[in-house]
Amino acid sequence: MHRPMYRVELRDGADLDGFRRALRGLVALGVEPDEVTWSGGSAPSLFGAIPEAGAAPLPADAPPVPLPRPVGDLIGTVVCHRDPERYALLHRLVRRVVRGERDMLDHHADPLVQRLAMLDKAVRRDLHKMHAFLRFREVRDPDGGERYVAWFEPDHFIVEATAPFFVERFESLVWTILTPVGSLHWDRRSLTVGPAASRPEGLDRDDRFAEGWQRYYESTFNPARVNPTAMRAEMPRKYWANLPEAAAIPRMIRSAPARVQAMIEAEAAAPRRRNPDKAVAAMARQEPATLAELNRIIRAADPLVPGATQAVLGEGPVGAAIAIVGEQPGDQEDLEGRPFVGPAGQLLTRALEEAGIERGAAYLTNAVKHFKFVARGKRRLHQSPTAGEVKHYRWWLMKELGFVRPRLVVTLGATAALALSGRSVSVLRERGPMRFGQTGEGDWEGFVTIHPSYLLRLPAGEGAEQAHRDFVADLRRAREMVEGAG
Amino acid sequence: MDDALLDKLEILADAAKYDASCASSGAKRRTGGPDGIGSTTGAGICHAYTPDGRCVSLLKILLTNYCLFDCAYCINRRSSNVRRARFSVDEVVRLTLGFYKRNCIEGLFLSSGIIRSPDYTMEQLMLVARTLRRDHGFAGYIHLKTIPEASPWLIEQAGLWADRLSINLELASDRSLKEFAPEKDGTSIKAVMGQVGERILEAKEEKRRFSPAGQSTQMIVGADASTDLSVLETSDTLYRRYGLRRVYYSAFSPIPEASSALPAKPPPLQRENRLYQADWLLRYYGFTVEEIAAGGEGGMLDLGIDPKLAWALKNRERFPVDVNRADREMLLRVPGLGARAVDKIVEARRHATLRLEDVARLSSGLKRSRAFLIAADHHPGGLTDRADLRQRLVAPPKQLSLF
Repeated sequence: MHRPMYRVELRDGADLDGFRRALRGLVALGVEPDEVTWSGGSAPSLFGAIPEAGAAPLPADAPPVPLPRPVGDLIGTVVCHRDPERYALLHRLVRRVVRGERDMLDHHADPLVQRLAMLDKAVRRDLHKMHAFLRFREVRDPDGGERYVAWFEPDHFIVEATAPFFVERFESLVWTILTPVGSLHWDRRSLTVGPAASRPEGLDRDDRFAEGWQRYYESTFNPARVNPTAMRAEMPRKYWANLPEAAAIPRMIRSAPARVQAMIEAEAAAPRRRNPDKAVAAMARQEPATLAELNRIIRAADPLVPGATQAVLGEGPVGAAIAIVGEQPGDQEDLEGRPFVGPAGQLLTRALEEAGIERGAAYLTNAVKHFKFVARGKRRLHQSPTAGEVKHYRWWLMKELGFVRPRLVVTLGATAALALSGRSVSVLRERGPMRFGQTGEGDWEGFVTIHPSYLLRLPAGEGAEQAHRDFVADLRRAREMVEGAG
Repeated sequence: MDDALLDKLEILADAAKYDASCASSGAKRRTGGPDGIGSTTGAGICHAYTPDGRCVSLLKILLTNYCLFDCAYCINRRSSNVRRARFSVDEVVRLTLGFYKRNCIEGLFLSSGIIRSPDYTMEQLMLVARTLRRDHGFAGYIHLKTIPEASPWLIEQAGLWADRLSINLELASDRSLKEFAPEKDGTSIKAVMGQVGERILEAKEEKRRFSPAGQSTQMIVGADASTDLSVLETSDTLYRRYGLRRVYYSAFSPIPEASSALPAKPPPLQRENRLYQADWLLRYYGFTVEEIAAGGEGGMLDLGIDPKLAWALKNRERFPVDVNRADREMLLRVPGLGARAVDKIVEARRHATLRLEDVARLSSGLKRSRAFLIAADHHPGGLTDRADLRQRLVAPPKQLSLF
């Protein structure tokens, strides 16, 4: 019945823009899919839709066709397919969608949807395989810089579609990808899309890593599990020519049965090496044996919170009757590398004195060993550690207290109480003696009180003075507990 | 790369290949930018396949195969006469970057024999990851094997740099572990899994980075007397209690320099395959361990058919199932229908009443499912209950071709 009335000429390959332009005009005029023939590979002068005698010309400024997102995405991939029918199929899809079948892609059993889904899948697989199987070789750059070149043969017109992947991954390198349907060049700043290329000569020379990769590939193969069918399902032969490692495949398969037989027949051999009893016994002594050894480990480790220039270690005598645990070092502590030397620390020192505790006789440390902060201009603003971060540091704290062996552990503020008790503690409500201990470690007689920085934040006045007196009273009580226990 | 490094690579890749894991998935999207190198895409990429059908995604090597442990199933145990080698931290970094720049890999999977002490070894592994990330801006995937005997703070550090941490349980029961791996201890392995699992969860909640692609483990199948039931029970516990992403099953395969404590003959590879299928049913198809095990005999899965079909054949009163009406949970139990096919069916049937040919377009397993399905134009009739249904569904075994 219908005679083709429009012929649409598109650029060779995946001409998404040309298709979009033509489609707008066709939809605007309500042209039916079977009134159009599509052809690719035309000379640029012919691009566009050519109406046959009697048909109205397509409007050049037809409005965009609003399509659901999944339809737009599908068009983007399907135009990359080699199938010459792809544009006609997509036109049929669009025609039905604009006629009201907005959800038609959900109708997976529809023959058109299924056909397009197969094209879509084939293109996606091709993209995926190009991401996977393309191999760069390092080539000599005249300026001595690093430069990489790859040759690949995709099934479909996907070269440009793969560019974002390679640019993202290898943004800092200079590279060229050559294929029979187009090429890409990246110079660390901009991407150039170039014409089709032919296989370059001499790519295999002078790249020890390429040789290393072949050796790796052979070594990682387990001959006892040979299963070439599974391999070919995912890496069909057509890719082998451009995969340097694939050259060894036939030999690897051929020699596998004999290698396995040899393994099975080989009798269990007696160990030739002498049994390293001493070394095995020495393994058990890896734990730090002294506080100094533990401190060396902490000092060498990376901060487990953001910020921090150095670890701030505990200070005070091993065997101190009282250990005092704060939250984390502050700005000043971080710079000096000593605990409790900032404003809160000075306040603590005074309060200890008032309570009759000599600072030098107590052991002072923090639950978190690094200063966590965010930079605001020149200021470094303290950030409270999260519960998770406190746990990262807990192992060290437990070990540390294990070496000091205090009779009482005084925690200052919520963070320290959390570190010792393993739960969130409301300091103002629960201040006073508390038994710390869980799962067999960190079993300590404890005392919960506020952090001196809390006092610094209170507005001056009767309330603040009372809070200071309460803090000193807590410390005094802690001292009495120790003396009573002694 | 000189000849000596190539030789080491050969030894230390060979030594690492018995670890089944190769996944490079689960990391958040990330790129190295103009000063770094690499990216992660979320789904992971297999850059090659070896003739054993396994994917090559990560550079899977050991830092060293010298080892003070003496685990009978391991080629690298101290009493083995295997060739030994050791990489420096810097060599692993160079190899990883070199292969990565050639688009051979998604990243690094690094494990090691235990040298000097578990702490020393763990620290070396951590240093490799840290150097890659901090000094080279490496944004590719890093999977570190955790040494469970190492001090807990080293594991806390490793999680800062790695995408995935894994600790191999190796054997399903503590008793077997004691027998075959005298230096290992099931309780401490699980304690570390607990520690790692907790940290991963906390970091996720607090939007911090700690082993963002989770943790996984591996069990060797067929080296000891554990049944499939006990292996699956262990997996189920690991998934539930420690939030593991994956449990890998590795059919014990003959190794050069085998220990006399091991069976001389390997278990059928099919057993591993069935365990993976069962694992899938456990995680994505709503099956319980008991249901899966009931499909087989004596705690072992049926090697001849997949565990879903085995369950369906023993529970025929639940079938046939109407594709146009049944809920998703029941559709998932139909042999031959995968989770994706089921989702498509549920979507498609909103638009049309499905006939058998529609189902055939959505699923590739219709041959197995037609005896269990009702469609608009199809009812299996007595087929579902025929005594010879199993024979009809199972094709005679085909010889594998070695081309």
